[in-house]
Amino acid sequence: MSTGWSRKDLLGLRELSAEEINFILETTDAFKQVGTREIKKVPALRGKTLVNFFVEPSTRTRTSFELAALRLSADVINISATTSSLTKGETLKDTARNLEALHADILVLRHSSAGAPQFLGNRLKASVINAGDGAHEHPTQALLDLYTIREKRGKIAGLHVVIIGDILFSRVARSNIFGLVKLGARVTLVGPSTLVPREFEKLGVEVSHKIDNVLPNADVVNLLRIQHERQRKEYFPGIGEYTRFFGLTKERAKLLKPDCLIMHPGPINRGVEIDSEVADGLQSVILDQVTNGLAVRMAVLYLCGGIATT
Amino acid sequence: MKNEKQSSSPGVPIMDADGIRRALQRIAHEIIECDPQLAQVVLAGIPSRGVEIAQRIAEFIRRIEKIDVDTGIIDVAMHRDDVGTRAELPVVRASKLPVPLEERTVIIVDDVLYTGRTVRAAMDAINSFGRPARIQLAALIDRGHRELPIRADYVGKNLPTRANEKVWVRIGSINEPDGVWLIKE
Repeated sequence: MSTGWSRKDLLGLRELSAEEINFILETTDAFKQVGTREIKKVPALRGKTLVNFFVEPSTRTRTSFELAALRLSADVINISATTSSLTKGETLKDTARNLEALHADILVLRHSSAGAPQFLGNRLKASVINAGDGAHEHPTQALLDLYTIREKRGKIAGLHVVIIGDILFSRVARSNIFGLVKLGARVTLVGPSTLVPREFEKLGVEVSHKIDNVLPNADVVNLLRIQHERQRKEYFPGIGEYTRFFGLTKERAKLLKPDCLIMHPGPINRGVEIDSEVADGLQSVILDQVTNGLAVRMAVLYLCGGIATT
Repeated sequence: MKNEKQSSSPGVPIMDADGIRRALQRIAHEIIECDPQLAQVVLAGIPSRGVEIAQRIAEFIRRIEKIDVDTGIIDVAMHRDDVGTRAELPVVRASKLPVPLEERTVIIVDDVLYTGRTVRAAMDAINSFGRPARIQLAALIDRGHRELPIRADYVGKNLPTRANEKVWVRIGSINEPDGVWLIKE
């Protein structure tokens, strides 16, 4: 077992050991504390340049990474799909090599193709952080979910975590499954069979298509957004139908244990996968997730950007 | 703790458990003498051994003067000047200091004072919490070889060393007695 951190890239949770995941969560404690100081900025990455390279649109993940980098004293530039030369036909590799020629030290990449961060991580000297690649992984989102569960419940092992919704297209779900299973949680996936196929059981999780049977014994429910943009054909009859069978309505929320946490990676479709009253209720930790996301990203940038890359 | 991987008698013994106890007790007396406003003192240990030493000094002050001085933790990892030069990063611990720091005397506590770079980083970290009235420094061992204009206000033992030697401190281990050893390369 390693006592330290020695990776330059964070590509996914599948490749990390339980020890490495716990190492990031412990480091996050330290960076969360920085947010409570009078001066919320540390010099850890002073002189380093971070490029936020978002080929797919994103507001919260990009701004979270940007603020995390600024609090570590790194310089930040943002490039989005519409402002990059990708629209002029440049390949991903050429764009990245150009960024490296500008001495970028850390590349935060969101891309619609699974594996794009790994492709670049293997070819660039710079650290590559996966900020979501296709329907593959979104490691920092899963890490902030794990951190929030650990913070609120004191542990992860032995808890029953229920992930509800669009699992098939969800990189958030995949990264969460890898992390939760490694840390010893029991995971149940819930949704229509078209979005939650039985195949997922191979990952060491349970699959259910009946939400009301699962909710009463959940310690955490994590609701995923229906990703209209990834669905090229119809996977369920309609939004109203989805809410009726799988939405966390205020009636359904009464089935939950009083200490069950309600999580959502955002952005929320109020009235679709979750009722407004539930999203804003006492069991909701949705805004804690946002605060913790900043601390987790500071930890990840510090660890991956802070090691020697010679 | 990383120092516990080594054998129990790693080098030339410099201090035993009694020696450490007497040195920390003397530092406690010196702090009481030099800091008339003891209630304003914060003993801020640098992880991991500095935290243990800070708590022991606080306990001596409690016994001698019946005053509870605040203790804290000041992890310097994110303030260091050698980020990007190591192939493996150690764990960073959360810093903890009582706030506000204004009007207070923060005493940085570490096991070994060497180049002074850690202390420089600790001062930067403290300043991000606020502006203390003053910052002082206590070290169990001062081994010399400073690379910055820094000196300790309270020293347990001055130990002349060569640059290729190592000072090994064990304190607060559950299984083995406290002690300080000099390891020759």
